[in-house]
Amino acid sequence: MTDITTEKARIGAPSAQPFIDGFTEEGESLSPINAGTAGSTAAAPSAGPLAGDSAKSHSHGGGVGIPDSSRAGRLTSYQLADFKPLTGLEEDWRFTPLKRLRGLHSEVLSGAAPAVAVTAPAGVVVETVGRDDKRIGQAGIPEDRVSANAWENFAEATVVTVPAEFEAEGEISVVVTGAGEEASAQHIVIVAERFSKSVVVLEHQGTAIVSENVEIIVEDGAQLTVISLQEWNDNAVHASSQQAKLGRDAKFKHIVVSLGGDLVRVTPSARFTAPGGEAEMFGLYFADAGQHLEQRLFVDHAVANCKSNVLYKGALQGRNAHAVWVGDVLIRKEAEGTDSYEANRNLLLTDGARADSVPNLEIETGLIEGAGHASATGRLDDEHLFYLMARGIPEDVARRLVVRGFLNEIIQQIKVPALEERLTAAVERELAVSDN
Amino acid sequence: MSTLEIKDLHVSIETEQGTKEILKGVSLTIKTGETHAIMGPNGSGKSTLASTIAGHPRYTVTSGSITLDGEDVLAMSVDERARAGVFLAMQYPVEVPGVTMTNFLRTAKTAIDGEAPALRTWTKDVKAAMAQLRIDADFAQRNVNEGFSGGEKKRVEILQLELFKPKFAVLDETDSGLDVDALKVVSEGVNRAHEGGNMGTLLITHYTRILRYIKPDFVHVFVDGQVVEEGGPELADRLEEEGYDRYATGAATIAAAAQA
Repeated sequence: MTDITTEKARIGAPSAQPFIDGFTEEGESLSPINAGTAGSTAAAPSAGPLAGDSAKSHSHGGGVGIPDSSRAGRLTSYQLADFKPLTGLEEDWRFTPLKRLRGLHSEVLSGAAPAVAVTAPAGVVVETVGRDDKRIGQAGIPEDRVSANAWENFAEATVVTVPAEFEAEGEISVVVTGAGEEASAQHIVIVAERFSKSVVVLEHQGTAIVSENVEIIVEDGAQLTVISLQEWNDNAVHASSQQAKLGRDAKFKHIVVSLGGDLVRVTPSARFTAPGGEAEMFGLYFADAGQHLEQRLFVDHAVANCKSNVLYKGALQGRNAHAVWVGDVLIRKEAEGTDSYEANRNLLLTDGARADSVPNLEIETGLIEGAGHASATGRLDDEHLFYLMARGIPEDVARRLVVRGFLNEIIQQIKVPALEERLTAAVERELAVSDN
Repeated sequence: MSTLEIKDLHVSIETEQGTKEILKGVSLTIKTGETHAIMGPNGSGKSTLASTIAGHPRYTVTSGSITLDGEDVLAMSVDERARAGVFLAMQYPVEVPGVTMTNFLRTAKTAIDGEAPALRTWTKDVKAAMAQLRIDADFAQRNVNEGFSGGEKKRVEILQLELFKPKFAVLDETDSGLDVDALKVVSEGVNRAHEGGNMGTLLITHYTRILRYIKPDFVHVFVDGQVVEEGGPELADRLEEEGYDRYATGAATIAAAAQA
């Protein structure tokens, strides 16, 4: 018997772990993350004689937290009081560990807001305005309690305006630097006026516990790219609702890159308000041990002849690295001629990491160009590794090449060379952490 | 002068129906400068032999040996085999998204040689080799095999063969799916690599067509996981005329004899 050991046969082979945390043989247990929080005990119908433990294990939360039947029906309000206190069983919070929100959902956000520093080409208008500025509330309306809490508590807002027909040379940099560990609220408005062209880089760094609302207005014929980078320190908690409203023939590209922070939850949306709009939404995340990186996006095809394309890619490594991606695409009855696609791909690099991925597609008209959704979560492809190793490349180098390649597809979308280089380097550092 | 020696090799794979033996005792010796053609019908185990030499994890060697100048190849990991000088031109090269050809070729060359190639000469070598194989220059910026046609993928395999300069090349049905023009280009590439005088070649093919362009010194006929006939180039001519049909009865006879 020749000694070709199992060593080689197990390259990237699936682990023998029998089940995924939070899943039973019968499927998913809702909200395992929030089980045992103070809120959920109040809501869980466990006291009744017919709702013993065995009965509960068969129910999806005992009738609590039934998902909205349509994304269109979701509650939106500027008033915090309109949103009930969170229990963790709500459809849109069921993957989020509420305990780690550090009060963003339950406390008055009275801490100092992160500092905002804007560097922009001449011609771009940067203002700091009060709550009563008329531009506030034009593109966004809170869709969840944490966003409404920020809306109720922010003191002043930064408004960046790219004037009509202005073509910005170089990118507009908005650096948001955390001011400490008191729960705070932030508000930013980006206005791309008619036929303007610009790239806005929203960089989040330092330490903060912050709920942020970003309103984005893309007027008729404007082309706007917004890149939101989350490179927080390890202890940061960040919830960011980034809502965009697109005018006629507007082109909007949104890229979310989440690398640092203890808990980062980004909820971008793109709403078409006139025909001919195009939205591209990309995301890249790299979750390390213990990190929770969540993204929930919404594309609202409310009018005819618009296009959307969504691609989020993530890598996860280490114990309890957790990524969540929920993509809601709604094609309303009026939205004839829509062309839409959304996809999410995750690479699990080690045992003990978890990715939740939910592509939701609602279609209310058959008269569309196309609509698709896809999701795939897996380990590194053995055949990729074999091909590279068969060319002499050692396994660790081959793994890195494949992961880098996987994420590179998103980095290539940024098209700001200096930023692309920086992010490539950041991904390298993430990979070096556990030598994958 | 190097020798790749395969002795009484038995290989099996795991299937849903249980363990299945594919190679049932294969012995072959290839020396530098020689070209051996392995021919046989579909399912005879030709590609299994190629993948086993390269170390694909799907195949389990149950007995026998493969040595390269006396070194135990089976004890080496996939990448160690490549660095020891074994190259497999794959039948179905995989696409590796996000990894550019340029980056891939340089990384592999560095791994094989143990040092980074001199930048200026390397770039020139790559360009020249690509031109000879009629691969467009813009392929260098594309991701490995991504969106390449079948013929382009095979040319890129031979490009690697020429750049990495292995001691032994195993060509796994490199000719399948190629039109005559592409077949000529690919064959010229193999012949160039061979002319250096430092390479032995194991050419695995279903058809005799490629043997008009690459002249084998030895021909081995594979049927049902075993070599059933061996000879010189004239054996290939005979196969061209008669096909594999006569071995079918032969295999049946052997099987019957084994059972008796």
